[in-house]
Amino acid sequence: MIDGSKIRAQFPTLHQKVNGKDLVYFDNAASSQKPQIVLNSIARYYSHDNANVHRGVHYLSQEATCKFEKTRTSAQAFINAKNSCEIIFTKGTTDSINLVANGYRSILNKEDEIIISEMEHHSNIVPWQMCCELSGARLKIIPILDSGDLDMEAFESLLSEKTKLVAITHISNALGTINPIEKIIKETHMVGAKILIDGAQAAPHTFIDVQALDVDYYCFSAHKMYGPTGVGVLYGKEVLLNKLPPYQGGGEMIKEVNFKKTIYADLPHKFEAGTPNVAGVIALKAALEFITDLKIENITKHEDDLLQHAIKELSEISGMQFVGEARKRAALVSFNIKGLHSYDVGVLLDEMGVAIRTGHHCAQPTMQRYKIPGTARMSFAIYNTKQEIDNCIAAIKKAQKMLA
Amino acid sequence: MASIQEIQAEIIEEFDVFEAWMEKYEYIIELGKGLPIIDAKHKTDNNLIKGCQSRVWLHADHQDGKIIYSADSDAIITKGIVAILIRVLSNQAPEEIAKTNLAFIDKIGFKNQLSQTRANGLSSMIKEMKLYALAFQNK
Repeated sequence: MIDGSKIRAQFPTLHQKVNGKDLVYFDNAASSQKPQIVLNSIARYYSHDNANVHRGVHYLSQEATCKFEKTRTSAQAFINAKNSCEIIFTKGTTDSINLVANGYRSILNKEDEIIISEMEHHSNIVPWQMCCELSGARLKIIPILDSGDLDMEAFESLLSEKTKLVAITHISNALGTINPIEKIIKETHMVGAKILIDGAQAAPHTFIDVQALDVDYYCFSAHKMYGPTGVGVLYGKEVLLNKLPPYQGGGEMIKEVNFKKTIYADLPHKFEAGTPNVAGVIALKAALEFITDLKIENITKHEDDLLQHAIKELSEISGMQFVGEARKRAALVSFNIKGLHSYDVGVLLDEMGVAIRTGHHCAQPTMQRYKIPGTARMSFAIYNTKQEIDNCIAAIKKAQKMLA
Repeated sequence: MASIQEIQAEIIEEFDVFEAWMEKYEYIIELGKGLPIIDAKHKTDNNLIKGCQSRVWLHADHQDGKIIYSADSDAIITKGIVAILIRVLSNQAPEEIAKTNLAFIDKIGFKNQLSQTRANGLSSMIKEMKLYALAFQNK
């Protein structure tokens, strides 16, 4: 069972007034707040352990390297990867996807097809458009049903022997839809294609087992799961990562450099050119421990309770139009109120100390699908409470009155 | 006809009455509702101002040596803000508009209130209005 007040006490940012009101932070799908243990980890690194990793023979460098690599093992355990070399540290989910998409530029040709969906974040659209532009491959789009579910029949008809890669979000950041990735992965593999899952929204909310899923690539960001910004993970099957060409050249990613031919380093270093975000990677371990200690199933349960409560209370508001009512949904709710612009709602809520997200959520094709300029989005984390939802609902009602 | 300076002074005085930003917003919303709607034929993609979180259309006409602005937005707060800008700048001579310093924005606390993205939107609106003035000035 989750002790809400005990959890909240660990997050310094939550305890502040915004415009004279207690802060209600419902923009977790954009970035979550950080618990004290994560902050301590960053401070400790810069105050005690600061050194570059993998290079020095001296004490500090070894300490830093050891801690850096311990996060790799933690991340491996967190998603149940077979081998720690399958965990690549990146700047974030966007960077992870770009790393793979960049590699596929030289793997694909004009006969090949990549499949993405209409509900993708721009980060899982644009890298593939760039990949297609340079490789000549074609991009195919799975449509969304009115409910916010993926049109699985359409997906199945798009799949063919031409399909080389499918890139799909695990949970939609704009609609909250939890996609049936188990089924999608199986069907993708049946035509011999590979699959990348954008797990940016899923990693803080759901249990992930990359081996059980048999997923080829899985990406997530630290900052959406109570960790620091500027750190992400790319999981890839060892055999695939070995075949994927390097993303960036530089220090750390080489075995031997001479002007005739450079030999690249083995995994995972082949994909980690330059000095990484050492403090961030080390602090990610603390974030993973924070989640593991609470148990992910408790987090899922708590956030699901919040979601159900929010949906129930929002339904009472006149003119409420939910955007995305998929069969399985995660910890966020997207909506519009008839006659109101989400921007106006967001501005007034901010004035009342409530932080929500408004706009297109970096998913413009999704908004185009629903013929709307954007939505208001409440997204939840482990430290949110039903009381906060009630405060937010009261603020929405007040805003509605002012704007009507 | 009041000058740009005089209108700015009026607005500063009006906003001075309000203590909390919530009250200022209420007033801005009211102004937004009263904004003369732009003629439908001017609500084109060409007249959309880039850099705003909501859509803002701006049109300008040149009449008897003065510029008449009309605008609309799909967000009411934005509409209220445009309404204030129009109140200050519309019906003035292009050379006055082009050289004016809109000090009232700072004085009514707008600069501190707006986040960077929203401040950028406001700057885009002012820039567009001044560009019209410059264009008419050179005619």
